[in-house]
Amino acid sequence: MIDSIRGCSLLTLNDMSCAAITEVLDTAESFVEVNRRAIKKVPALKGRVVASLFFEESTRTRLSFEAAAKRLSADVLSLAVASSSMKKGESLRDTIATIEALGIDAVVMRHKSSGAAAQVEGFVPNVRVINAGDGQHQHPTQGLLDAFTVRQVLAERLGVIGSETGSSLFEGLNVLIVGDIRHSRVARSDVAAYVALGASVRVAAPGTLLPVDIDAWPVSVVEDFDEAIEWADVVGLLRLQHERGTGSFVPSLGEFTFTHGLTWERARRLKSGALIMHPGPMNRGVEVDSRVADLDAAIINRQVENGVPIRMAVLYLCIVGAAKGEVQ
Amino acid sequence: MSAIVLRHGLIVARAGSRLGDVLIRDGVIEQVADQVEAPPGAQEVDAEGCWIGPGLVDLHTHLREPGREQAEDIESGARAGAIGGYTALVAMPNTEPALDNVALVAYVLERGSRTPLDVAVAGAITRGREGQFLAPMAEMAALGVRLFTDDGLGVQDPLVMRRALEYAKPLGVTLAQHCEDEKLANGGSMNEGAVSGRLGLIGRPAVAEEVMVMRDLELVRLTGARMHFLHLSTARSVAMVVAARRMGLPVTCEVTPHHITLDEVSCSNFDPRFKVHPPLRVLSDVAALRQGLRDGTIDAVATDHAPHAPELKDLPFDEAPAGMLGLEHAAALAYEALGSEECSPITFFDVLSRNPARIAQLRQGDRRFGMSGQGGDVVEGESANVVVFDPDSRWRVDRTALQSRSINTPYHGRELLGRVRSTIAKGRLVVDESVLV
Ligand SMILES: [Zn+2]
Repeated sequence: MIDSIRGCSLLTLNDMSCAAITEVLDTAESFVEVNRRAIKKVPALKGRVVASLFFEESTRTRLSFEAAAKRLSADVLSLAVASSSMKKGESLRDTIATIEALGIDAVVMRHKSSGAAAQVEGFVPNVRVINAGDGQHQHPTQGLLDAFTVRQVLAERLGVIGSETGSSLFEGLNVLIVGDIRHSRVARSDVAAYVALGASVRVAAPGTLLPVDIDAWPVSVVEDFDEAIEWADVVGLLRLQHERGTGSFVPSLGEFTFTHGLTWERARRLKSGALIMHPGPMNRGVEVDSRVADLDAAIINRQVENGVPIRMAVLYLCIVGAAKGEVQ
Repeated sequence: MSAIVLRHGLIVARAGSRLGDVLIRDGVIEQVADQVEAPPGAQEVDAEGCWIGPGLVDLHTHLREPGREQAEDIESGARAGAIGGYTALVAMPNTEPALDNVALVAYVLERGSRTPLDVAVAGAITRGREGQFLAPMAEMAALGVRLFTDDGLGVQDPLVMRRALEYAKPLGVTLAQHCEDEKLANGGSMNEGAVSGRLGLIGRPAVAEEVMVMRDLELVRLTGARMHFLHLSTARSVAMVVAARRMGLPVTCEVTPHHITLDEVSCSNFDPRFKVHPPLRVLSDVAALRQGLRDGTIDAVATDHAPHAPELKDLPFDEAPAGMLGLEHAAALAYEALGSEECSPITFFDVLSRNPARIAQLRQGDRRFGMSGQGGDVVEGESANVVVFDPDSRWRVDRTALQSRSINTPYHGRELLGRVRSTIAKGRLVVDESVLV
């Protein structure tokens, strides 16, 4: 069990304790306030260098990390490796050696291969590696920001701020994660975060989109999505890659929607106050009905907004390693 | 060639092992006795506390020449083999280009004849190992090729496999299969199961191997041709082959040193040095393979020695090539899998020497094309292919101290028990005190 990410790389949320995750959420809470200021900048990482290394392009995630680093006053080296000459076949070791020579403190990296961030960490033990998504393995900051968003919204309803609640709002919370669990790094990180915080998690997916090791996951499997709808306090939807819905994993996108889409009819059966989440980008009309995505219950924009403070918290804790309360 | 005297070892023989000396001269085991008199100028090897047995025979060596000499060549592979106690290697045909014709087979045989070891060749079953059209097996057989395989890949098309078996049968050769249905293996990079699911890596399920084992056993039943199953990695695969043999089918099988000493958990750190096909399985499979080796149902340990240039093993796990080094540590790993102190020297040499020599048709009676006899007991008159193995020597694997041109061993830093002290190949002392002479 890891009890704090301070001074460490962040590769996975597996084996993170409740305390470790709560610490990130609480740190992020203090950065939310920074983001509301006119001048959205603190000097916490002044003089530090963060490289963003996206072997697989994701403009949203890259910009979110870079904004987070800049608001902490770090220097950002953005290497658009996905579009450069660094392609399949170039060894990770060579690529990382090139940028390590630039004197970086941390690498934020996205790669289509599971484990690539862990391999890079092995090559540069003195550089903190922050996994911004590796293959079908993990997407830790997404898992953290999802948990953060849930806590923030539930705390607001109680008229308090999230950091006053610790992990208490997750006790007895029912989270239902639906869709392509098998290929989803978001699902793996979400499950780890919610379970560590004390929530009860169920998953629903077509048989071909459940992971082979689902029996070892700390979740229960829902055979029928419809039966679990009324149980859920939070419904976490996942993006279905289009090619998965064209015959190889499910017969068609339409059939996926029929069995596992959050349709208008299903949404009407949700508990009042239930939250609907999606890591984006959404396939409207596939995972979720367009009208459902626009309900107040759908807190998808909050997830996007919270990307920056969560990533500020992660960068700050991983690089500086300072104790709570020293943020400003 | 000077004479060699091995002193005070346990001379391992099926008819009865004994302590004593061995005199080797002119490529032949000349005398086995309590004490032999060293001829003038003889090299003396102290074998006190060691086993003296037939030189090891590897059924499954990827020597990479021609085509990928930066990873290994025949000469460096033979050096690695000698250090590992091997006196004969079977070169696999997945070179570039593939060994699918007599010119290339002759080239490898010729290059092999310049090394101290016997280097035999396994020819490709299909042209270019593409799985479609039969390679000229009869022509290659005329050069002495006795094993054919498309290893690297199994022959996927069942009709091609049926034809290959029918064609091979009257040639007196054996087809060797890498059993994995590539459709079911689905481009995966490790065993499918608890670890692959957690790591988000696509798995190569056990069933991909087992389905092909089952298919090929039925094709052997149909055709009556001989078949050798390469690197079996699951308990079910072994059980099926053993059951088929009990029913009289002409089938044999091997396991690798890594499948009997490592399991899928080794992949947890995404280190591509643990990536291999078939993949490292689960502990219950490891235990079943070890049991099969001990009770004699598994015929052989074969290395699947697969050198890869270092930069290729720095790629992400799913992009890195599969395979690991084997020759230099196989004897110690087999000794460990056979129970170390409980390991019977007879079984040890059965699985590492006698049985592989029989399967590859490299014994004294099969002699051909300048090769010596392999896998025989250490008795007077046998070819002088002999290994001296010290079962009490503890040592540590060091990837910077290998004879192979590559360093992709998953065992770096691991302490091993049992070490090859001397290798005598074709009457020449090529390794002594665990270093090349
Ligand atoms: Zn193979």
